[in-house]
Amino acid sequence: MAEFTMPSLGADMDKGTLQEWLVQPGELVRKGDPVAVIETAKSSIEVECFATGRMGELLIEPGTTVPVGTPLALIEPAAEGAGKPEKAEEKPPVRPAPAPVSAPPAAQDRGHVEAGPLVRHLAERTGVDLAAVQGSGHGGRLTRTDVEQAAAATTAAGQARVRATPLARRLAAERGVDLAAVTGTGRDSAIRAADVRKAAPGPTAAGPRHLTVPVRPSHPPEDRTAARRQAIAGLMTRANRDIPHYYLSTTIDMAPAMGWLHEHNRRSPVAERILPAALLLKAAALAAREVPELNGFWTDDHYTAGEGVHLGVAVSLRRGGLVAPALHDADTLELRQLMNGLKDLVARARTGRLRSSEVSDPTITVTNLGDQGVETVFGVIYPPQVALVGFGRIVDRPCAVDGLLGVRPVVTATLSADHRATDGAVGAHYLTAVDHLLHTPEQL
Amino acid sequence: MGADGTEKSKTTYREAMREAIREALRSDDRVFLMGEDVGRYGGCFGVSLGLLEEFGPERIRDTPLSESTFVGAGIGAALAGMRPIVEIMTVNFSLLALDQILNNAATLLHMSGGQLPVPIVIRMTTGAGRQLAAQHSHSLEGWYAHIPGIRVLAPATIEDARHMLAPALADPDPVLIFEHGSLYNLSGELRPPTRPVDLDHAAIRRPGTDISLITYGGSLPKALAAADELAAEGVEAEVIDLRALRPLDDAAIAASVTRTHRAVVIDEAWRTGSLAAEVCARIAERSFYELDAPVERVCSAEVPIPYARRLEEAALPQTADIVAAAHRAVD
Amino acid sequence: MSLARPARTRKATAAPKPAKKTARNRQGPRTAPPADRSAAQHRANLLESLLRIRRFEERCVELYSAAKIRGFVHLYIGEEAVAVGINQALTSEDAVVSTYREHGHALARGIAAEAVMAEMYGKATGCSGGRGGSMHLFDASRRFYGGSAIVAGGLPLAAGLALADRMRGQNRVTCCFFGDGAFAEGEFHETANLAALWNLPLLLACENNLYAMGTALTREHAQTDLAMRAASYGMPAWAVDGMDVEAVEQASRRAVEGIRTGTGPHFLELRTYRFRAHSMYDPDRYRGKAEIEQWKDRDPVNRLMERMRENGEPVDEELARIEQKITEEIDHAVEAAEKAPEEPVENLLRHVTSASTGPVS
Repeated sequence: MAEFTMPSLGADMDKGTLQEWLVQPGELVRKGDPVAVIETAKSSIEVECFATGRMGELLIEPGTTVPVGTPLALIEPAAEGAGKPEKAEEKPPVRPAPAPVSAPPAAQDRGHVEAGPLVRHLAERTGVDLAAVQGSGHGGRLTRTDVEQAAAATTAAGQARVRATPLARRLAAERGVDLAAVTGTGRDSAIRAADVRKAAPGPTAAGPRHLTVPVRPSHPPEDRTAARRQAIAGLMTRANRDIPHYYLSTTIDMAPAMGWLHEHNRRSPVAERILPAALLLKAAALAAREVPELNGFWTDDHYTAGEGVHLGVAVSLRRGGLVAPALHDADTLELRQLMNGLKDLVARARTGRLRSSEVSDPTITVTNLGDQGVETVFGVIYPPQVALVGFGRIVDRPCAVDGLLGVRPVVTATLSADHRATDGAVGAHYLTAVDHLLHTPEQL
Repeated sequence: MGADGTEKSKTTYREAMREAIREALRSDDRVFLMGEDVGRYGGCFGVSLGLLEEFGPERIRDTPLSESTFVGAGIGAALAGMRPIVEIMTVNFSLLALDQILNNAATLLHMSGGQLPVPIVIRMTTGAGRQLAAQHSHSLEGWYAHIPGIRVLAPATIEDARHMLAPALADPDPVLIFEHGSLYNLSGELRPPTRPVDLDHAAIRRPGTDISLITYGGSLPKALAAADELAAEGVEAEVIDLRALRPLDDAAIAASVTRTHRAVVIDEAWRTGSLAAEVCARIAERSFYELDAPVERVCSAEVPIPYARRLEEAALPQTADIVAAAHRAVD
Repeated sequence: MSLARPARTRKATAAPKPAKKTARNRQGPRTAPPADRSAAQHRANLLESLLRIRRFEERCVELYSAAKIRGFVHLYIGEEAVAVGINQALTSEDAVVSTYREHGHALARGIAAEAVMAEMYGKATGCSGGRGGSMHLFDASRRFYGGSAIVAGGLPLAAGLALADRMRGQNRVTCCFFGDGAFAEGEFHETANLAALWNLPLLLACENNLYAMGTALTREHAQTDLAMRAASYGMPAWAVDGMDVEAVEQASRRAVEGIRTGTGPHFLELRTYRFRAHSMYDPDRYRGKAEIEQWKDRDPVNRLMERMRENGEPVDEELARIEQKITEEIDHAVEAAEKAPEEPVENLLRHVTSASTGPVS
């Protein structure tokens, strides 16, 4: 059986819309016959098939947009051309067509910053780069406060700036001269090399010039990191001030989960192995579906449940700071998909290539500090979410099971929850659900 | 000059260039000269005067007015083993051949995976100063210096006019030679070179300690005059002649700025997106911590070069402008 | 097909008479038309050349759709008779300058399908080291000076190759392929003038497929008889049925013979048609399906096979043999391209200048 797949009609094409079928199931088609009309961003094009045979099932309805490579129909090969086997026969059985890709809303373009006109105006006036500011408003939207805080940080650094030529700075660093104490004689009172020499005559004027490592200018690229720190500071201050947190904790026996995982990984090629973190995330996501009171937002004094479970995953950045982008619909992902999604998300978070939807969509956040050696995490909730789940390290501990003492791998799961939205009973329900889920890992 | 007693002769930039072409034609039968009016007319600026009589019409080829095609034919002939020297009357006209220079000459070697080097030399006049107005006066050599795959030369002295052509012809890749129109009548004594002329290095035309005047081509005499004036005021300017605009001699620029800590870049092209801008960028990249003043630029006014003498002079970099720029950096 | 009228210029020999019986240059490479007894074999060879191009490009369509090949890919399907026919008249000493629709020219010139396919894949083993792709195939050893993707940009270059041969007294011909679109460019007219003026050994092979991308000949040229206009430059010029490989071969032999005897450039207008879109895919808004079908009735492959049948030649046996041979050849080319190494990124700046192996400032 050969597949007729969504063709790539140009280097810039990653998906296409099936506009029309030009053939019906059961019809004979020959290699090269046009069988469908595909609409791309540029135009509608008749596309041909590369197999001769009888048209089988049409897998995709007209009007559907699917990625390049998606099977659109099946072709039963006909015995033509001296019995040369169709290559497609060797392919694995046809997969069900993936869910259609719906056009993303324009606002979700990468690099788009969620901010209203007033906030933009303020940013322009104060010279704040909105892309570098973490939004604290609904769905990560930038607020006036966010920009004001970022602006304050920038100005503080700006006022400390001394006008000096690069050479003067270098000399000052070499000779230990404080430029703030030097009077500049250059244009607009800039400090020049001569001014520094006057302030601190060197060893000898004709002495060897040391081309030492240049001093870093005072406005390093760390600016962005500083701004991010500032944003986190603002957000967390607000969270701690505004959200009445309550904290719950439970210790979960991981023996069944680890046993299952060990067995699974033993049978799987390296690329398909699963880390314990994926199990924890999946359990957290499924539990959030089970307890929707914790999966949503507190805004304007009332709670709105999230649509779907978009698990925020806290990722620490190499230059400091952290982000918690969403793993969309984490509760529906198979463990392998979740693993891949997680890897991709972490990589992109660390290279600054997150999509805006990932930044704004989380409905509940998980922070897993297990790999940092921590056993218990009590986190601060990301407003406007209402819950934060923490996982520590999986450690071997003596514990009593069925009246006997044994050594078992355990993990401490914690929940920080917003008391405005829920009470302790709901939180307990959640952690219990996580516990149960991790006891039946095969169902994750 | 000449006080050291070396052998020398009085000549002009134009004659030096002609002598270089003559020598090339004599020493290599693959070399031929082609272009508009290079034969009977003797060259629009008289460079090839007399060569037709000496070498005949096969090797001194008058072409139709078809810049794109005779430059392209030069490229084809070079591919087939010849060593053509193609003359284009002015850089403004070279735009008609830009397709061939960029899309073929500069590209074929790479696009063919190294199979097709193009050993062609293309000469043309550049620059203003002769009241030729806005279609004969521009300095577009910086545009060519933008293109990977070609070498761009700007001989500014009689020595370079005389001695750059031979290594240019020996280069397996395309070489563009820009001759500033105001230099043709430059006269002086030509000494045999004390060492082989290279195409890679800038030259220090005058050493100094206080500021670097970085320039090339037709602006060199102005920069040297400015350095004289500055010296009279006690400022020792170092004058750097870039000679090659591509590849740029980064090391020479950096070394000079390291000595003087200040720089003025003089370029008769327009300032915006210019070769002067490129030199400034490289100073910022390589010599930032050496700078004790912002880098200054003296370029042409951003206007199509006008005809009227006063307007043309006002549009072009002048010695006084260079002196003023140097003062801004030093004072 | 209408013949060009003789132009009234001093050396016009525009009428397509057989070339003058000038003394043949003894050193000149000779390619005699096939003798009668081997005519059948010759036609079988032509069929193979046509089919190699056809099948190669059909595979390219498939590979492009599977995203194995990228960039612009311009297919020659329908026009194969031109490349194959003209190459019959050229020897390995002659030079070819081509366009961006040049898979057919390259394959007909004898560049291995493997080298071309590897180039389509952008691999290090490609005929341009992965730096050219579909539009820029080169092979210096076969004097194939490449696909130029600047319409008419190859013409001046071809004139220069011919000029070098003339100056050095080498009896070689340079053939430049270009299209009806290029005929509207100044570079064509400059080159035609220069080549005629300097009597250059240049074959101007104008592939008139009736469309400059999507602009029809009649919407592009005030006078659509291209051969007649070329003749006005004072060179022999005539139109040929470009869908008939034997007619193309015959005309090319006559033109090349004329060039070798020193009568300067010749112009052939090869009236042909591409069956597929301008580039890999386009919506074909600018021409009707009926027109395409009409031209497909004149498919050069079918036409040649019909003629072979009429002559009682064993078409079906030949076809089976050829198809199998070519399938193997192309399968092998694809397999080799799949396996071939990528050019390492460290070599990015190689071949920018002859000296460059590293960064150039």
